[in-house]
Amino acid sequence: MADHSTVASFARRRGLGERLPLQWLGIVPFAIFAILFLISPTMKIVIGAFQTPEGGFTLDNIRGLFTPSILSAYWISIKISFASALLGCLIGFSMAAGVILGGLPKAIRGPLLTFSGVASNFAGVPLAFAFFATLGPVVLLTVVLRTQLGIDLRSLGFNILSFWGLTITYLFFQIPLMVLIITPAIDGLKREWREAASILGATNFQYWRMVAFPILLPSLLGTLALLFANAFGAVATAIALTGSSLNIVPILLFAQIRGDVLGNPHLGYALAFGMIVVTGVANAVYIWLRARSERWLR
Amino acid sequence: MKKFWAWGALIFGLLYFALPLIGMTNFSLKMRRGVYSFDAYAKVLADPRFQETFTYSVVMALVTIVFGILLVVPTAYWVRLRLPGLRPYVEFVTLLPLVIPAIVIVFGYIRLYNTSSWLPLTGTVLGTNILLMFGYATLALPYMYRAVDTGLQAIDVRTLTEAAQSLGAGWGRILFRIILPNVLIAVLSGAFLTFAIVIGEFTMAALLNRPAFGPYMQLLGANRAYEPAALAVIAFGITWGCLGLIQLVSRFQKTAQRPV
Repeated sequence: MADHSTVASFARRRGLGERLPLQWLGIVPFAIFAILFLISPTMKIVIGAFQTPEGGFTLDNIRGLFTPSILSAYWISIKISFASALLGCLIGFSMAAGVILGGLPKAIRGPLLTFSGVASNFAGVPLAFAFFATLGPVVLLTVVLRTQLGIDLRSLGFNILSFWGLTITYLFFQIPLMVLIITPAIDGLKREWREAASILGATNFQYWRMVAFPILLPSLLGTLALLFANAFGAVATAIALTGSSLNIVPILLFAQIRGDVLGNPHLGYALAFGMIVVTGVANAVYIWLRARSERWLR
Repeated sequence: MKKFWAWGALIFGLLYFALPLIGMTNFSLKMRRGVYSFDAYAKVLADPRFQETFTYSVVMALVTIVFGILLVVPTAYWVRLRLPGLRPYVEFVTLLPLVIPAIVIVFGYIRLYNTSSWLPLTGTVLGTNILLMFGYATLALPYMYRAVDTGLQAIDVRTLTEAAQSLGAGWGRILFRIILPNVLIAVLSGAFLTFAIVIGEFTMAALLNRPAFGPYMQLLGANRAYEPAALAVIAFGITWGCLGLIQLVSRFQKTAQRPV
């Protein structure tokens, strides 16, 4: 009897030892890294946005964002990000669709994707230089347009250090990103769907309007959200291109971190918190729509 | 008609991408009045600040790559082998740096690790360098993790591990003699992408006041005319080189894996 219970308790202990979870130890280094250098810095900003300098809870910092100059910074940022995301989607989609469905030579596809991989990573300071050297006031394209074609960009109101200048520059990494993300989605359109549609008497336009477009729509909108977030967080390109002449959120935050230009450190937290909210919402939309589109594109 | 539109879109795109590249190359060659010359390049390459900052960024990139490999390969391996239930959560964390802008992360670093905090990393030069390296590793995390995880997917992790264990290998040997060589190509493409990201990174280095290549380029851009264009050409060459190497190694992998 005693023997029996010893065996049983031994077995129980053994079972316990096996179940005592030590496997999670393998993930500890990663967890420590993520907590120290990704999650807690972000939480510090989020919490700081709701704190007074003494550490009490307040909504004043968030309220402080609703002043005309900060609101206009957000508004310009959102407009630039949206314009570059929308144009990037349209042009990137046209290029990808042209190469995949438009009957262009198959040989173009590989190089286009390779180039997109490079160009979507060619952002930041050098990108700003490239565009300044192309569309800046004294250089090649501007001069050619003026002397050869009689188009004076400046008299048309174009200035590289402006809304459209920044949008056109951002397109250089937005279009390739769109090409990279949307190509698998267009590849997922099955030939059978088109054949089925045309057997049922659909015209090409009807096929696109009623079959292909609804299937691609979640991918298109999702990528739009992703491109939006991508442009919204871009700091280096904007600073290298415009210095501080354009009042957009990343530049304002950069100046705030450097030298507290807003005169209130906790307003800086709120400004950064606002950025997280905007890019977070855009990415949530992307993830949600992506999950929807994956149902079709298996 | 369809072909016409397809060609139209493609040609428009090509023009849009070619013009800035031609523009910057052209401008970078025009330093000497009236003739094309490499003066701007000579000037940039001879600048001691260029050499210092470039070396600094290259070293930072290499250290970041080593740290990234040591962090990501064991984690991705362990998650696939023993903790598959955690996979969505780990993946979500690795994607966070794409959601949270770099400027916000580094802002958090400055506030969290300043001289009056429990871990005063920004108090010393070495500490700041280490902090910047962790920052770079964070920025590269989504790309590195995805590359390694895709590599692990292609091999049978469980069988390899069990085979090694039954032959008496310990965890260190399994990781570095068995798993790592098998996903080497994936690790390399992650490494090249990390290099391309770190070498031109501006925001983090500028806000942590480190003499990196990105802030140097920005400073030069604010003060000079022709040199920035030359730098842009060099930077584009580096990006192109890194991504080209990824293509090369992944093609190598395809030939290596082709059934004999």
